[in-house]
Amino acid sequence: MDFPTLIQILDSTLRLATPLLLACLAGLFSERAGIFDIALEGKMLAAAFASGAFAAISGSAWIGLAAGIGASVMLSLLHGLASITFRGNQLISGVAINFLAAGLTVLVAQHWFQQGGRTPSLLGDGRFSPIKLPLADTLSRIPVLGPIYSELISGHSILVYVAIICVPATWYVLFRTRFGLRLRAVGENPAAVDTAGISVVGLRFAAVVICGVLCGVAGAYLATGLQAGFVKDMTAGRGFIALAALIFAKWRPWFALYACLLFGLLQALALRYQNLDIAGIAVPVQLMDTLPYILTVVILAGFVGRAVPPRAGGEPYVKER
Amino acid sequence: MILMRTFLGAAAALAVSAGASLADPAVVFDLGGKFDKSFNEAAFGGAQRWAEETGGDYREIEMQSEAQREQALRRLAESGSNPVVMTGFAFGNVLNEVAPDYPDTSFVIIDMVVDQPNVRSVVFNEHEGSFLVGMMAAKASKTGTVGFIGGMDIPLIRKFACGYAQGVKSVNPDATVIQNMTGTTPAAWNDPGKGIELTKAQISQGVDVVYAAAGGTGVGVLQAAADENILSIGVDSNQNHLHPGKVLTSMMKRVDNAVYTAFTDGPGLETGVNVMGLSNDGVGYAVDENNAELVTAEMKTAVDEASAKIVSGEIAVHDYMSDNSCPVN
Repeated sequence: MDFPTLIQILDSTLRLATPLLLACLAGLFSERAGIFDIALEGKMLAAAFASGAFAAISGSAWIGLAAGIGASVMLSLLHGLASITFRGNQLISGVAINFLAAGLTVLVAQHWFQQGGRTPSLLGDGRFSPIKLPLADTLSRIPVLGPIYSELISGHSILVYVAIICVPATWYVLFRTRFGLRLRAVGENPAAVDTAGISVVGLRFAAVVICGVLCGVAGAYLATGLQAGFVKDMTAGRGFIALAALIFAKWRPWFALYACLLFGLLQALALRYQNLDIAGIAVPVQLMDTLPYILTVVILAGFVGRAVPPRAGGEPYVKER
Repeated sequence: MILMRTFLGAAAALAVSAGASLADPAVVFDLGGKFDKSFNEAAFGGAQRWAEETGGDYREIEMQSEAQREQALRRLAESGSNPVVMTGFAFGNVLNEVAPDYPDTSFVIIDMVVDQPNVRSVVFNEHEGSFLVGMMAAKASKTGTVGFIGGMDIPLIRKFACGYAQGVKSVNPDATVIQNMTGTTPAAWNDPGKGIELTKAQISQGVDVVYAAAGGTGVGVLQAAADENILSIGVDSNQNHLHPGKVLTSMMKRVDNAVYTAFTDGPGLETGVNVMGLSNDGVGYAVDENNAELVTAEMKTAVDEASAKIVSGEIAVHDYMSDNSCPVN
């Protein structure tokens, strides 16, 4: 593998990891607050549709992004209503949202655009175009570091950089602010938070809304950054891979970044080398595609040790019995 | 008794005439929907052409879920629609069960063979059309490396790939054809994100013409090709208009002709397997104002010559599905 190929693979890794990372951080906020969220997939899908549709109508990717976040937050609030206010089962609510998003997006897209459940292709300002960082052209001639800067770091859509910045931001919010401390406490021991006179319901709703916003950005990136429009089921399981990455990362932001980059790298490799030859043995593409999942199981079982979810995760908080 | 027989006869005559007046043709679109820019839209175009030319009426149903297939076919057959045309191999099993129950109705299925006395099965020689666009790809390529991106890894898509590779090699034996399949599950038809990444990966390996036979995933392939300023080749319908000046051509599967012919033949049409290839305009390549500048006169002459030779049998294009293997790759 020569150097330009390596750069291209890492470049592809970054693009593939972005939606995973955003969804993973979204899940992190929600689950740290004790709300399990398997509806990441559905929220991303709804956001992808809303951003694709509104960007197509308005011609502005930013309006699309706002619509995507709006759609995703609505589903988040629905999840919150079912599992926080009415104390329903969080997994069932999540599954329902996934089905709802899968069906509703196609139905509404068909009704609005009559294009077989997709939105019209976005042109020009309807998409987030790649951003060239300053001096990218000048520096590209420097050996080794030049290509790394001009091709790997520069030239992505703005949402990629947003996703990367979200990692330290998440770390700071969760571990260095009062809000973060309370949020984590609500996921571990809501009764203690309640005793201190802080609203458990309020904190949990705040967490699911943040989760909705991040999922919204992830979906908008899929429809208006990476691609040019929404098509049926375009998230293709990324929400579930993000969940695997979240467990893999043991609900910590920096590790979430590493896990998503690793999964992105594996996907990039699978796309680049569909039939990898290792010492004369051809590795079929199916094995490459399953590697992220196999790796999750192997690493969880053997290397990182037990992944302990937030203690109060999945349980609705009941104030008094 | 005689009176009774007269009445019955009259009733039967009425029924027959009622049936005849109701015998409008019908078309059933598969899950992609009739405006999928591809397969179903082509079928819709054929039906529409028939309606405009004859002034006739036709009925149509769009599938919204898998479970509706049988219901849709039975409803159309019982309401007297004849012939009933359906698009897509997914109707195969259902039609096999439904067709014997309505022996007086003619059914036409596209892309699948169903062995029933009242069914016409229309299949296409995709390898022949792919051969032609392969030739064009090789002629348009400056790097000598061209790409193929398939949807789900099934023999039908391998058939596209194999025909394409043979076409490329016939023009430039030293050319490299990089082939990728999007996946092994039906999700591979609808993952434009992966289509974009695969295209970018192929471009970084020197590909400058890419052929997408991947349904909705192909939208991503064509998008990435246009973004990165290389040429792409569309499939099924004429997709040249998606990115004018960036789509070299489209491998057309004339599903519209199949529907049009079925509607024109009317009730009691000739059944059996109907193979649509280059010889009867079943497949071909698209030239319109969007790609006129890309297709040179020399390219067109060579391709039309090869097309004539395939029809006459002078060039034999290997069909992947005949023995599940491809002589070139």
